[in-house]
Amino acid sequence: MTVRDVIRILDAKVICGDESLFDVEVSDACGSDMMSDVLAFVKNQAVLLTGLVNVQVIRTADMMDMVCIVFVRGKMPDEDMIAVAKRKDMVLLATPHRMYTACGLLWQNGLKGEHKDA
Amino acid sequence: MSMLNLTYEVDGDDFTRAGEASSAVKKRLRSLGIPPEAIRKVAIALYEGEINMVIHANGGTIDVAVDPDKITMTLKDTGKGIADIKKAMQEGYSTAPDEVRNLGFGAGMGLPNMKKYSDHMEIDSTVGVGTTVYMEVYL
Ligand SMILES: Nc1ncnc2c1ncn2[C@@H]1O[C@H](COP(=O)(O)OP(=O)(O)O)[C@@H](O)[C@H]1O
Ligand SMILES: [Mg+2]
Repeated sequence: MTVRDVIRILDAKVICGDESLFDVEVSDACGSDMMSDVLAFVKNQAVLLTGLVNVQVIRTADMMDMVCIVFVRGKMPDEDMIAVAKRKDMVLLATPHRMYTACGLLWQNGLKGEHKDA
Repeated sequence: MSMLNLTYEVDGDDFTRAGEASSAVKKRLRSLGIPPEAIRKVAIALYEGEINMVIHANGGTIDVAVDPDKITMTLKDTGKGIADIKKAMQEGYSTAPDEVRNLGFGAGMGLPNMKKYSDHMEIDSTVGVGTTVYMEVYL
């Protein structure tokens, strides 16, 4: 799956991120509002889904080398957050779906990471 | 002397700036050609430590020393200190107020994460005086 697929599957609006980043392959994702939980498991997740909106979400994704953050339920980051994300070459997306649905849609479409056989 | 020493002051009053030092360290290590796996371990451990300095201790100082065989991180604050370090190290233990939890931290996973991603960690803390956390990541 690519970032472009994530955008399509989640009916997401692109908040920021260069088109060139849309072809990046993503193999795993993580959905959480608690950043320490995100930081606890390194397994090359490339996508972070969250309902939390503050700059620490961007920093957490940066520390984890994630390329794409999806804000669920249409939440919108502010200008400062977008500026930090741009500096880190990250794609920020907003989906109208709730966390549960957004994660389910990505899973159903094959974004299963190391859990392929589960 | 180490190959490289980095020092950062962490502002304890500005949660939005917490993590800037860790982010800067990450960038420097990348430019030095340190292996990505090691950088990620340093970045996560340092970031959790930096967050703790802001949410529990009114800020402090971060020192990072880069040597050929390891990266040493020293996080020093003059905050309230940790009364029971063993308890603080337990997963899920947190004294963080709800407002911190609403910001995405305070799940009591910070110190356990720091322990997990560093190869060696020591905490020196005195109640009312402050806390110093030492961490090493081997290269
Ligand atoms: N630098 C510090 N100064 C004072 N207390 C600290 C510091 N770091 C951690 N603590 C204490 O240890 C507890 C556990 O820390 P941590 O595992 O990072 O969880 P959290 O930050 O989510 O509360 C904190 O809730 C706090 O009581
Ligand atoms: Mg913490």
